[in-house]
Amino acid sequence: MFDPYKIREDFPILKRKINNHPLIYFDNAATSQKPKQVIEAIKEYYEMHNANVHRAVHTLSLEATELYESAHEEVAKFIGAESTEEIIFTRGTTEAINTVAYSWGLRNLKKEDEVLVTLMEHHSNIVPWEILSKIKGFKVRYIDINEDGTLNMQALQKAITPKVKIVCIAHVSNVTGVINDVRYAAKLAHENNALILIDGAQSVPHMPINVKELDCDFLAFSGHKMLGPTGIGVLYGKREILEEMEPFHGGGEMIREVSYNPKTQSCKITWNNLPWKFEAGTPNICGGIGLMAAIKYLKNLGMENVKDHECALTEYAIKRLQECQKIKIYGPKDTKAKCGIVPFNLEGFDSHDLALLLDNYGITIRSGLHCAQPLHQKLGIKSSARASFYIYNTQEEIDRLVEVLKEIEKSL
Amino acid sequence: MSTAILDAYIARIEEACGEERDYIIHFKYDKKEEAISKILQKATLQKTVAKIIFDLTYKETQIHLYATGKAIFKKIKDKEELNQILIELLS
Repeated sequence: MFDPYKIREDFPILKRKINNHPLIYFDNAATSQKPKQVIEAIKEYYEMHNANVHRAVHTLSLEATELYESAHEEVAKFIGAESTEEIIFTRGTTEAINTVAYSWGLRNLKKEDEVLVTLMEHHSNIVPWEILSKIKGFKVRYIDINEDGTLNMQALQKAITPKVKIVCIAHVSNVTGVINDVRYAAKLAHENNALILIDGAQSVPHMPINVKELDCDFLAFSGHKMLGPTGIGVLYGKREILEEMEPFHGGGEMIREVSYNPKTQSCKITWNNLPWKFEAGTPNICGGIGLMAAIKYLKNLGMENVKDHECALTEYAIKRLQECQKIKIYGPKDTKAKCGIVPFNLEGFDSHDLALLLDNYGITIRSGLHCAQPLHQKLGIKSSARASFYIYNTQEEIDRLVEVLKEIEKSL
Repeated sequence: MSTAILDAYIARIEEACGEERDYIIHFKYDKKEEAISKILQKATLQKTVAKIIFDLTYKETQIHLYATGKAIFKKIKDKEELNQILIELLS
């Protein structure tokens, strides 16, 4: 049985007080807290197994290599990938998207091509494409959103023309929590011979994901938003596409051979096998091991249960926040269309002011543009406050948030 | 001298992103009372909110000062302007 109170016992930080109040952590869309199982896995790695991976023969290196490769296997199983060859470890979602932009986009996109993104994307799924468009001359086109913050599917259908070579779309908006029908978007993209890249930063931590069911070509996500450490993320790619791609970073580990020819005074370089071709240099070994522990923790809870818990909290939060007269909630109210994230503003109040005020009560929310300025422009707001939930949050904490917001309203 | 004042009182400055440049100031924990007191002496109090925020103006600048030792300086042109205002307020 899914019990958030029991889960909380695994998270040492939740025992902390902030400004003399018990910590209420509602900034999970930015990063999640870490259970002791993940902390212990990292500690054990450094205390018992630390060594550089691959191409060494000593015991410690073999242990570290086995752990690091097991982490790839765990991720592959978690998202239903064919094999570990399709799992590239990156620093996070941003680096994963940049890998696609530079490894695939730099060599495949031409001046007459188009890249489709949506107005609800995080900057990490906009900026790499805009940078690349300045180099290659292609057009980045933005799919509009509806008034309630959901994606305008008709606009998407209309925009997918033969010019489009890749559709880059968030599975879940990091501002509104809107869940996009990425399966349908993948179908549309493939019917038009385009690829699809899904930004799974806000979906993989919160719901069951199967890359085969989604039929996505690329999926990017971060470890730190799903109980893992910072500095580790994943790029999933279909093997046949990754095989054709050139590496993004060059260095050690990603090569099979660097052979110097004295006659031509140059090196002939052949790439390593997947996924190592894309993991240049000493990788984030402990990050991968921490992520493996995080995935085991989530699998133990069951991702359907995680999703149900967060949906229930979101529904409850929307209902309770509506009791506050000066609170305006953005995005759809229907929790079937969204997940885990509630953006709002207090009338006449800057979101940063509201976040600072709530911090005074130990309540941690995020404020500002959440790296999604085009979406805020579309919604016609300068910024927003955002409460985002995870496995250890409770209805009681939402009650406390509402109680404090009502106190603030009264004092205005 | 001027930089020394900033070093003495300020732990961190965060710049909010977006079109308007707001800066969030975190005062050093052991100097926050002193910093708040100095700012309250020099800036004009417009109102207080929830007994936590002081809504102030100093010259053309709007400042929200928090009892927890944080402040938001609104619509500042750049870091140089911010530093100048902070030096004046904390001197």
